[in-house]
Amino acid sequence: MSEWEPKVITFLCNWCSYGAADLAGVSRFQYPANIRIIRLPCTGRMNPKFILAALRHGADGVWVSGCHPGDCHYIEGNFYARRKFALLKTQLEYTGLIEPGRVHFSWISSAEATIFADKARKVVEAIKALGPAQHFIKKQAEVA
Amino acid sequence: MQAYTEKIREAAKRLLAEKKVDVVIGFRKGTMPLMNEPFQARTPEQADLLVWDGNCGINLANYLPKRTEKIAIVAKGCDSRNISIQILENQIKREQLYILGAPCKGMTDKRKIQDELEGKEIFQAEEAGGQVKVSGRDFEKTFNRSEYLQENCAVCLHRNPVISDEMLGEPVQEQQVECYEDIKQIEAMTPEEKRKHFDALIEPCIRCYACRSACPACYCPTCFVDESKPQWVGKTTDPTDTRTFHFLRAFHVAGRCSDCGSCERACPVGIKVRQFTKKLEKEVKELYGYEAGMVQDLRPPLDVYRPDDPEPFL
Repeated sequence: MSEWEPKVITFLCNWCSYGAADLAGVSRFQYPANIRIIRLPCTGRMNPKFILAALRHGADGVWVSGCHPGDCHYIEGNFYARRKFALLKTQLEYTGLIEPGRVHFSWISSAEATIFADKARKVVEAIKALGPAQHFIKKQAEVA
Repeated sequence: MQAYTEKIREAAKRLLAEKKVDVVIGFRKGTMPLMNEPFQARTPEQADLLVWDGNCGINLANYLPKRTEKIAIVAKGCDSRNISIQILENQIKREQLYILGAPCKGMTDKRKIQDELEGKEIFQAEEAGGQVKVSGRDFEKTFNRSEYLQENCAVCLHRNPVISDEMLGEPVQEQQVECYEDIKQIEAMTPEEKRKHFDALIEPCIRCYACRSACPACYCPTCFVDESKPQWVGKTTDPTDTRTFHFLRAFHVAGRCSDCGSCERACPVGIKVRQFTKKLEKEVKELYGYEAGMVQDLRPPLDVYRPDDPEPFL
């Protein structure tokens, strides 16, 4: 059997990190193919439910990336997101739902393709080190 | 605290007779010992049923959202904080309310007393001078109320109402206690221990949503647990579903929870659900210096931002 590869659900802001992913692609930067990108209009659209749903359905990790604070296309979306993320991450780790290192956040502008590729490598590496997520995945009913 | 009873009745009669309010929300004696039930008095005669003692733990602010009539409400420290949050969140108008502020010395924890009685049933309970006398078949026992307070009351830092139109008594002295001791214990655990701790904690959960229904901060028209397209939380008692429910419930009241303990009091299987919410309360206080409902015109912490907010998650 081949080596286990994690699945990382990645939420990217349309105006920056998604552009960075695109730029990384056209620039032919190498980054792991473990990330599954979901495009958001803004990180302000992020809801804790999305992260929990991803983990519940079997994702090994989640990565959310948006514009640098102050650069939001909608002026202030990521400022609100920042407060949500701060509370969300501590609470996730406090309740033991996930180990530290399964959920990642970053600010990446659309020009920072190298940083994007670099961060993608780091995220996948960290999640690989933790192994497959097990505790929070909903077991399907076993049919005899 | 029973001295409030007379004052509440007097105020209720006066307000109802003068037609200043349409209804007075308070407590009346419950059918079970150590349990008072919420009561809405609409006539001066009904006002005679209102009582006050150490068994008024339910948060009355829960009965306010979206009401249209004029309301007088008896409010402890925690109730008053929830009322000010509801005013802030446009659930009720300040002009509609007449708040009878009740400085509070904590509410009795029925479960703690029951635990001392080796399964014997309490038929009657009387409260006098900081003591509770409970009696049943062949036994009678007296407890010091201060040792049998609800956990949130034991670590309460805001016993006096923050808003009121009329006070029922002199303000009581605020406690000087370390209120995050149990949270710090959990924080010190390894991720594996934390997971086991919380799994054991919510294991008996039957998903009755009593904690949600008793919460004065929970008033969404459609709760996330009732949403079906998409369905964010499964409706079964599968451990993953239960974990998701408790996590999201706590997150929804982040920065809005006054730690009134209604959720814990309402839980039929005795889950200490405050362990979820208390941690968020601590984080909000540390990161943003905000305490729910303490300042009337301060927006909730997740509704505002500062350009230089901390970024501990990066």
